[in-house]
Amino acid sequence: MRMDLIQPFINSADAVLAQGLQSPISIENLTMEEEAYRRKGVAAAVILKGDIEGRIIFDVDAEAALQLASRLAGVAVSETNEDLVREAVLELANQVIGNAITTLNDQGFHFHVRPPTLHTSEQGSKSSEDTEALVMCFNTASGKVFMNVALRYHRRRAVEQAVVAG
Amino acid sequence: MEKFAPVKRSEDGQPVRYLIVDDSVFARKNLARMVETFGGQVVGEAGDGVSAISEYERLTPDIVLMDITMPQMEGIEAAEKIVRDHPSARIVMVSSVGYQENIVAALQRGARHFVQKPVKPEVLYEVIKYVMRDDGTTRGAGAGAGA
Repeated sequence: MRMDLIQPFINSADAVLAQGLQSPISIENLTMEEEAYRRKGVAAAVILKGDIEGRIIFDVDAEAALQLASRLAGVAVSETNEDLVREAVLELANQVIGNAITTLNDQGFHFHVRPPTLHTSEQGSKSSEDTEALVMCFNTASGKVFMNVALRYHRRRAVEQAVVAG
Repeated sequence: MEKFAPVKRSEDGQPVRYLIVDDSVFARKNLARMVETFGGQVVGEAGDGVSAISEYERLTPDIVLMDITMPQMEGIEAAEKIVRDHPSARIVMVSSVGYQENIVAALQRGARHFVQKPVKPEVLYEVIKYVMRDDGTTRGAGAGAGA
Protein backbone atom coordinates (compact mmCIF):
# COMPACT_ATOMS: atom_id res chain seq x y z
CA MET A 1 0.00 0.00 0.00
CA ARG A 2 1.31 3.43 -0.91
CA MET A 3 2.55 5.58 1.94
CA ASP A 4 0.80 8.65 0.53
CA LEU A 5 -2.50 6.93 1.35
CA ILE A 6 -1.38 6.07 4.87
CA GLN A 7 0.35 9.25 5.98
CA PRO A 8 -2.87 11.30 6.33
CA PHE A 9 -4.24 8.69 8.75
CA ILE A 10 -1.10 8.79 10.87
CA ASN A 11 -1.09 12.59 10.95
CA SER A 12 -4.78 12.75 11.71
CA ALA A 13 -4.64 10.19 14.53
CA ASP A 14 -1.69 12.03 16.01
CA ALA A 15 -3.46 15.40 15.93
CA VAL A 16 -6.93 14.26 17.00
CA LEU A 17 -5.79 11.98 19.82
CA ALA A 18 -3.28 14.51 21.14
CA GLN A 19 -5.92 17.25 21.19
CA GLY A 20 -8.64 15.08 22.65
CA LEU A 21 -6.45 13.64 25.36
CA GLN A 22 -4.38 16.79 25.92
CA SER A 23 -1.24 14.67 25.96
CA PRO A 24 1.35 13.57 23.40
CA ILE A 25 1.01 10.25 21.61
CA SER A 26 3.53 8.11 19.80
CA ILE A 27 3.44 5.43 17.16
CA GLU A 28 4.58 2.13 18.61
CA ASN A 29 4.70 0.27 15.33
CA LEU A 30 3.39 -0.11 11.80
CA THR A 31 2.93 -3.62 10.50
CA MET A 32 1.55 -5.13 7.33
CA GLU A 33 -1.36 -7.39 8.11
CA GLU A 34 -0.78 -10.94 7.02
CA GLU A 35 -3.59 -12.67 8.82
CA ALA A 36 -7.24 -11.78 9.25
CA TYR A 37 -7.68 -8.83 11.58
CA ARG A 38 -8.47 -9.62 15.21
CA ARG A 39 -10.35 -7.02 17.16
CA LYS A 40 -8.50 -5.71 20.23
CA GLY A 41 -11.28 -3.97 22.13
CA VAL A 42 -13.98 -1.44 21.20
CA ALA A 43 -13.81 -0.92 17.44
CA ALA A 44 -15.45 1.23 14.79
CA ALA A 45 -15.34 0.66 11.04
CA VAL A 46 -15.66 3.06 8.13
CA ILE A 47 -16.15 2.02 4.53
CA LEU A 48 -14.79 4.26 1.75
CA LYS A 49 -16.13 4.30 -1.78
CA GLY A 50 -14.78 6.41 -4.61
CA ASP A 51 -11.33 7.04 -6.06
CA ILE A 52 -9.96 5.10 -3.10
CA GLU A 53 -11.91 2.15 -1.77
CA GLY A 54 -11.61 -0.04 1.27
CA ARG A 55 -12.13 0.08 4.98
CA ILE A 56 -10.58 1.45 8.13
CA ILE A 57 -11.02 -0.10 11.56
CA PHE A 58 -10.35 2.12 14.56
CA ASP A 59 -9.80 -0.12 17.54
CA VAL A 60 -9.18 0.81 21.18
CA ASP A 61 -8.38 -1.74 23.87
CA ALA A 62 -11.11 -1.98 26.48
CA GLU A 63 -9.33 -0.29 29.37
CA ALA A 64 -8.04 2.49 27.15
CA ALA A 65 -11.54 2.99 25.69
CA LEU A 66 -12.91 3.55 29.18
CA GLN A 67 -10.21 6.08 29.99
CA LEU A 68 -10.63 7.79 26.63
CA ALA A 69 -14.37 8.12 27.15
CA SER A 70 -13.83 9.61 30.61
CA ARG A 71 -11.22 12.08 29.41
CA LEU A 72 -13.28 13.17 26.44
CA ALA A 73 -16.53 13.38 28.41
CA GLY A 74 -14.85 15.34 31.18
CA VAL A 75 -16.40 13.05 33.81
CA ALA A 76 -15.60 9.56 35.05
CA VAL A 77 -17.35 7.03 32.83
CA SER A 78 -18.21 3.74 34.48
CA GLU A 79 -17.31 0.50 32.72
CA THR A 80 -20.98 -0.40 33.02
CA ASN A 81 -21.81 2.50 30.73
CA GLU A 82 -20.86 0.58 27.60
CA ASP A 83 -22.98 2.75 25.32
CA LEU A 84 -21.07 5.88 26.23
CA VAL A 85 -17.73 4.11 25.77
CA ARG A 86 -18.81 2.91 22.32
CA GLU A 87 -20.05 6.38 21.44
CA ALA A 88 -16.70 7.86 22.43
CA VAL A 89 -14.81 5.41 20.21
CA LEU A 90 -17.21 6.00 17.30
CA GLU A 91 -16.79 9.76 17.60
CA LEU A 92 -13.01 9.52 17.81
CA ALA A 93 -13.01 7.26 14.75
CA ASN A 94 -15.21 9.78 12.97
CA GLN A 95 -12.79 12.59 13.74
CA VAL A 96 -9.58 10.71 12.92
CA ILE A 97 -10.87 9.21 9.69
CA GLY A 98 -12.76 12.36 8.69
CA ASN A 99 -9.66 14.52 9.03
CA ALA A 100 -7.58 12.03 7.03
CA ILE A 101 -10.21 11.92 4.32
CA THR A 102 -10.20 15.70 4.19
CA THR A 103 -6.46 15.65 3.47
CA LEU A 104 -6.82 12.98 0.79
CA ASN A 105 -9.67 14.89 -0.79
CA ASP A 106 -7.57 18.03 -0.91
CA GLN A 107 -4.95 15.94 -2.74
CA GLY A 108 -7.50 15.21 -5.46
CA PHE A 109 -9.09 11.95 -4.34
CA HIS A 110 -12.83 11.97 -4.21
CA PHE A 111 -15.03 9.57 -2.31
CA HIS A 112 -18.11 9.20 -0.21
CA VAL A 113 -18.04 8.16 3.40
CA ARG A 114 -20.78 7.05 5.75
CA PRO A 115 -20.77 7.46 9.54
CA PRO A 116 -18.64 4.92 11.45
CA THR A 117 -20.37 1.77 12.59
CA LEU A 118 -19.52 -0.42 15.53
CA HIS A 119 -17.26 -3.30 14.47
CA THR A 120 -18.32 -6.17 16.66
CA SER A 121 -17.00 -9.28 14.92
CA GLU A 122 -13.89 -10.72 16.53
CA GLN A 123 -12.16 -11.19 13.22
CA GLY A 124 -12.09 -9.10 10.04
CA SER A 125 -11.49 -10.15 6.48
CA LYS A 126 -8.02 -11.22 5.46
CA SER A 127 -5.94 -8.95 3.28
CA SER A 128 -6.02 -9.62 -0.43
CA GLU A 129 -3.44 -8.89 -3.07
CA ASP A 130 -5.07 -5.64 -4.09
CA THR A 131 -6.19 -4.56 -0.63
CA GLU A 132 -3.23 -4.80 1.68
CA ALA A 133 -3.87 -3.75 5.23
CA LEU A 134 -1.57 -1.80 7.46
CA VAL A 135 -1.99 -1.91 11.24
CA MET A 136 -0.82 1.11 13.21
CA CYS A 137 -0.47 1.02 16.96
CA PHE A 138 -0.49 4.32 18.84
CA ASN A 139 0.57 4.72 22.46
CA THR A 140 -1.53 7.23 24.34
CA ALA A 141 -1.65 8.23 27.99
CA SER A 142 -4.86 6.21 28.20
CA GLY A 143 -3.56 3.07 26.50
CA LYS A 144 -3.17 1.63 23.04
CA VAL A 145 -5.15 2.65 19.99
CA PHE A 146 -4.99 0.60 16.79
CA MET A 147 -5.93 1.55 13.28
CA ASN A 148 -6.21 -1.03 10.54
CA VAL A 149 -6.23 0.57 7.11
CA ALA A 150 -7.01 -1.49 4.01
CA LEU A 151 -7.34 0.75 0.97
CA ARG A 152 -6.81 0.46 -2.75
CA TYR A 153 -7.18 2.72 -5.72
CA HIS A 154 -10.43 2.35 -7.56
CA ARG A 155 -9.82 0.61 -10.90
CA ARG A 156 -10.38 3.82 -12.92
CA ARG A 157 -8.08 5.78 -10.67
CA ALA A 158 -5.44 3.04 -10.78
CA VAL A 159 -5.40 3.20 -14.58
CA GLU A 160 -4.99 6.98 -14.45
CA GLN A 161 -2.11 6.63 -12.01
CA ALA A 162 -0.43 4.11 -14.28
CA VAL A 163 -0.78 6.45 -17.26
CA VAL A 164 0.68 9.36 -15.31
CA ALA A 165 3.57 7.17 -14.17
CA GLY A 166 4.22 6.32 -17.82
CA MET B 1 -12.80 24.16 30.42
CA GLU B 2 -11.82 27.71 29.52
CA LYS B 3 -13.98 30.65 30.54
CA PHE B 4 -15.57 32.86 27.91
CA ALA B 5 -17.52 36.08 28.07
CA PRO B 6 -21.18 35.10 27.61
CA VAL B 7 -22.59 35.68 24.14
CA LYS B 8 -26.09 37.15 24.48
CA ARG B 9 -28.82 38.12 22.07
CA SER B 10 -28.59 41.86 21.54
CA GLU B 11 -32.33 42.42 21.31
CA ASP B 12 -33.20 41.14 24.77
CA GLY B 13 -29.94 40.19 26.47
CA GLN B 14 -31.08 36.60 26.78
CA PRO B 15 -28.76 33.62 26.29
CA VAL B 16 -28.27 32.40 22.73
CA ARG B 17 -30.50 29.34 22.13
CA TYR B 18 -28.86 26.39 20.37
CA LEU B 19 -30.09 23.34 18.50
CA ILE B 20 -27.34 20.72 18.26
CA VAL B 21 -27.56 18.19 15.44
CA ASP B 22 -25.20 15.22 15.31
CA ASP B 23 -25.74 11.48 15.01
CA SER B 24 -23.23 10.97 17.83
CA VAL B 25 -24.69 11.42 21.30
CA PHE B 26 -21.14 11.88 22.52
CA ALA B 27 -20.49 14.73 20.08
CA ARG B 28 -23.78 16.40 21.01
CA LYS B 29 -22.93 16.30 24.70
CA ASN B 30 -19.47 17.72 24.06
CA LEU B 31 -20.85 20.58 21.98
CA ALA B 32 -23.53 21.22 24.59
CA ARG B 33 -20.93 21.50 27.33
CA MET B 34 -18.93 23.85 25.14
CA VAL B 35 -21.76 26.25 24.28
CA GLU B 36 -22.84 26.34 27.90
CA THR B 37 -19.40 27.78 28.72
CA PHE B 38 -20.27 30.53 26.21
CA GLY B 39 -23.37 31.31 28.27
CA GLY B 40 -25.62 29.57 25.74
CA GLN B 41 -28.71 27.49 26.30
CA VAL B 42 -29.19 24.18 24.49
CA VAL B 43 -32.89 24.04 23.69
CA GLY B 44 -32.85 20.89 21.61
CA GLU B 45 -30.86 18.08 20.05
CA ALA B 46 -31.36 15.95 16.95
CA GLY B 47 -29.57 12.91 15.57
CA ASP B 48 -30.28 13.30 11.86
CA GLY B 49 -31.29 15.84 9.24
CA VAL B 50 -34.99 14.98 9.25
CA SER B 51 -35.29 15.48 13.00
CA ALA B 52 -33.23 18.66 12.70
CA ILE B 53 -35.83 20.22 10.41
CA SER B 54 -38.75 19.37 12.68
CA GLU B 55 -36.87 20.50 15.77
CA TYR B 56 -35.98 23.78 14.09
CA GLU B 57 -39.66 24.38 13.27
CA ARG B 58 -40.65 23.60 16.84
CA LEU B 59 -37.91 25.48 18.68
CA THR B 60 -36.74 28.27 16.32
CA PRO B 61 -33.28 28.37 17.91
CA ASP B 62 -30.85 31.25 17.41
CA ILE B 63 -28.11 28.96 16.13
CA VAL B 64 -27.99 25.42 14.77
CA LEU B 65 -24.76 23.46 15.08
CA MET B 66 -25.12 20.86 12.32
CA ASP B 67 -23.02 17.78 11.56
CA ILE B 68 -22.69 16.83 7.89
CA THR B 69 -22.40 13.05 7.71
CA MET B 70 -25.55 11.64 9.27
CA PRO B 71 -28.05 8.86 8.56
CA GLN B 72 -31.41 9.46 6.84
CA MET B 73 -30.65 13.00 5.71
CA GLU B 74 -27.22 14.60 5.69
CA GLY B 75 -26.57 17.96 7.27
CA ILE B 76 -26.07 19.99 4.10
CA GLU B 77 -29.46 18.93 2.74
CA ALA B 78 -31.12 19.64 6.08
CA ALA B 79 -29.47 23.07 6.23
CA GLU B 80 -30.72 23.87 2.75
CA LYS B 81 -34.29 22.94 3.65
CA ILE B 82 -34.23 24.95 6.88
CA VAL B 83 -32.79 28.05 5.21
CA ARG B 84 -35.26 27.79 2.32
CA ASP B 85 -38.14 28.15 4.79
CA HIS B 86 -36.29 30.38 7.27
CA PRO B 87 -33.81 32.58 5.38
CA SER B 88 -32.55 34.16 8.60
CA ALA B 89 -31.61 30.80 10.14
CA ARG B 90 -28.05 30.75 11.43
CA ILE B 91 -26.55 27.34 10.75
CA VAL B 92 -22.96 26.46 11.55
CA MET B 93 -21.73 23.20 10.04
CA VAL B 94 -19.58 21.13 12.40
CA SER B 95 -17.92 18.13 10.80
CA SER B 96 -14.74 16.10 10.79
CA VAL B 97 -14.90 15.99 6.99
CA GLY B 98 -13.82 19.47 6.03
CA TYR B 99 -12.78 19.36 2.42
CA GLN B 100 -13.39 22.28 0.18
CA GLU B 101 -16.31 20.88 -1.82
CA ASN B 102 -18.20 20.15 1.39
CA ILE B 103 -17.58 23.60 2.79
CA VAL B 104 -18.52 25.36 -0.42
CA ALA B 105 -21.65 23.23 -0.83
CA ALA B 106 -22.73 24.00 2.73
CA LEU B 107 -22.16 27.74 2.36
CA GLN B 108 -23.90 27.84 -1.02
CA ARG B 109 -26.93 26.20 0.53
CA GLY B 110 -27.24 28.69 3.33
CA ALA B 111 -24.92 27.67 6.14
CA ARG B 112 -23.21 30.66 7.75
CA HIS B 113 -19.95 29.03 8.75
CA PHE B 114 -18.00 25.79 9.04
CA VAL B 115 -16.02 24.38 11.98
CA GLN B 116 -13.93 21.26 11.65
CA LYS B 117 -13.87 18.56 14.32
CA PRO B 118 -12.25 18.08 16.73
CA VAL B 119 -13.76 21.37 17.78
CA LYS B 120 -11.53 23.78 19.66
CA PRO B 121 -13.68 25.82 22.08
CA GLU B 122 -11.91 29.07 21.24
CA VAL B 123 -12.56 28.55 17.53
CA LEU B 124 -16.24 27.78 18.00
CA TYR B 125 -16.58 30.76 20.33
CA GLU B 126 -15.21 33.15 17.71
CA VAL B 127 -17.50 31.64 15.06
CA ILE B 128 -20.54 32.03 17.31
CA LYS B 129 -19.68 35.68 17.96
CA TYR B 130 -19.21 36.21 14.23
CA VAL B 131 -22.48 34.57 13.30
CA MET B 132 -24.35 36.50 15.98
CA ARG B 133 -22.63 39.76 15.11
CA ASP B 134 -25.68 41.46 13.63
CA ASP B 135 -27.87 40.91 16.62
CA GLY B 136 -25.64 39.51 19.31
CA THR B 137 -23.20 40.94 21.76
CA THR B 138 -20.75 39.73 24.38
CA ARG B 139 -21.31 40.75 27.93
CA GLY B 140 -19.34 40.33 31.08
CA ALA B 141 -15.91 41.77 31.55
CA GLY B 142 -12.57 40.13 31.98
CA ALA B 143 -13.38 36.64 30.74
CA GLY B 144 -12.39 36.67 27.11
CA ALA B 145 -11.52 33.69 24.96
CA GLY B 146 -8.56 31.82 26.32
CA ALA B 147 -8.81 33.52 29.67
